[in-house]
Amino acid sequence: MLSDWEGSSTARVVPPARPRKLAKVPFVELADGRLQGVVSSGSDAGRVYVSSVAAGDYAFACSTNNNRPCGGARGSFCNHIGALITEAVLQYGGVRVARYLRVETAAVEPAAHDIATAMRATGPAKGDSKAAAQVFSRFLRHLAYLELAATTAPLPEMQWFPPTRAVA
Amino acid sequence: MRTDLLAEPVAGLDEALAAVTAFDGVLTGGLLRPRPEQGAALAEFADSVAGTPLAVRVCEAADKTAAAAGGEDHFAALAAARTALLGSAHDALLARLDEATGRTRSAAEAAVPGPPPAVNLLAAARSWLCDLARAGWQGIDHDLVADAAPVVTAMLPDPELRRLATLLDGFSAELAASCPGAALDRVPARRWADLWARAMILAQPGASAAPPPGTATGRLLPLGIDLHEHATAAQAQVHAVFDPADGSGARLVRASVSAPKPDTVVGAGVWQLLRPHMSLLAAVGEGRAMNIADMTLTAGGDLLWDDAKARTGEPADAFATARVALPTASAAAVHPLDRHPAAIAEPVFVEGYTAEETDRELVFAFAGLRLAVDTDRIPAAGPLGPETVAASRACIGLLRWDAGEFRLQPLAVETAVRNKPVAVHAGAWAGGAADKAAAKAEKAATDAVAVLRERAGKLLRK
Repeated sequence: MLSDWEGSSTARVVPPARPRKLAKVPFVELADGRLQGVVSSGSDAGRVYVSSVAAGDYAFACSTNNNRPCGGARGSFCNHIGALITEAVLQYGGVRVARYLRVETAAVEPAAHDIATAMRATGPAKGDSKAAAQVFSRFLRHLAYLELAATTAPLPEMQWFPPTRAVA
Repeated sequence: MRTDLLAEPVAGLDEALAAVTAFDGVLTGGLLRPRPEQGAALAEFADSVAGTPLAVRVCEAADKTAAAAGGEDHFAALAAARTALLGSAHDALLARLDEATGRTRSAAEAAVPGPPPAVNLLAAARSWLCDLARAGWQGIDHDLVADAAPVVTAMLPDPELRRLATLLDGFSAELAASCPGAALDRVPARRWADLWARAMILAQPGASAAPPPGTATGRLLPLGIDLHEHATAAQAQVHAVFDPADGSGARLVRASVSAPKPDTVVGAGVWQLLRPHMSLLAAVGEGRAMNIADMTLTAGGDLLWDDAKARTGEPADAFATARVALPTASAAAVHPLDRHPAAIAEPVFVEGYTAEETDRELVFAFAGLRLAVDTDRIPAAGPLGPETVAASRACIGLLRWDAGEFRLQPLAVETAVRNKPVAVHAGAWAGGAADKAAAKAEKAATDAVAVLRERAGKLLRK
């Protein structure tokens, strides 16, 4: 016998993202075994930083979209990575972010600083920034969704994707 | 409505679902190197369609797959058998529902071929789906799931492929969030097998065949709005009674609008993306009817909305429509590929119940009978919440079936405020902000989209 959840066509698997302000960190995702995203530069509106932290060993990387290394991310997490963690917790909830990164904290509902502190305490190494191009192209793909046309032809498969009031 | 009929067993349903469950378990482990118990489950599954035209092909597919020699055609045959079994379950459930509501339904018409398919993209989708089936849900990893992205990106701009693209996009996002499969402590076996089998069928050339559509001229009386969303798409479906100008009886129809979206656009932002493309959403928000002329209406009861063929009409109270027009409105035949229990969403009107809250859920109790209420499906970006439903005395909703029972999804309820009826609609914010909370949500959503558009303007066109 299947449980109700296993036997449900509309079982909720991923809680919906929570709304947040996007100006500082326009893109965050838990993907490819990393917390990764794009952080706006504080000084130059045309520049963004591509930042990431790997799950498990917390290897971090931060560089501009033109592949210049971030000056702040030499020995440990820079402010961009800090902002990335904060916004990820807003978007996905602390529990999901901590579980994905495999961070153990004492908190039941870990806050961004709990997660960041726990990761910093392990003295993570600087990772390679090879992933930056890939993360940036995922951000562009994310933005491209706004350019796609709406349609009034029905999408019957969307019956499988109901909204949920449960929060992340 | 005869709610008593909804609680009675449906003949053959448990047997059909048991066969589906057997197959779903096989997909969890994957088809690359099936174990003996997976082979036995495949044989049991194939037996369930032994008396049908699919028998020979499915039997061969089950044998080959069990021997780790299954190919794309075999997997497609298995997907077809699963779709047929759930199609028969759908038919039995819908017949029961029509009996309970006293609704008449038109007979199915013959399909004609759709536009020529994009064969290469369909083949790429099938190839990914086969890799997925071989790995099984317990074998998925980031690399395998990421292979869907280029297929989805290539398909999304083509309106003919939007349906499959949207399905693959939502499905693969869910799989990506669940990687690695080896670490999953539970698997949504029915759901993922549903999505896999539907994608496999939609990726067959010829899946777009449908009966030729007609046109509709007359008055459209909205009942309510049903919202669907996954991380990168949203759809609003307006359920309405169509009163044809030629005097041929009232019919139940739907009008849909959908759009791809970045996953950071949520809540009220979803309405903002959809609103500009269907004037009907604003009309529903204002509680008005619309007059339509020569608008395309599919054999399945879907209006292909075109703002140029519609104009806003006089005020029309959804509860008056539900009380007066809904009971005699007839329903359209369901398109063959849409025959699945999870696709059942029949508008009904209920009153004279007592709302009872248990620790798990809300139920409407009618003289000894109970109907479960699915309050989780009510969108958060709207004024209707579970408390309002619990305090209601009349409800317009969609009857659905999932995980073994019929449930009512509220679209709108009537409550009493100082003994006067007050209607609260789940989709009240679809047309625009109606109150302070809505205005605040609208503002936040506008800001989010503005930031993304500004970034897109700077970065995408370089």
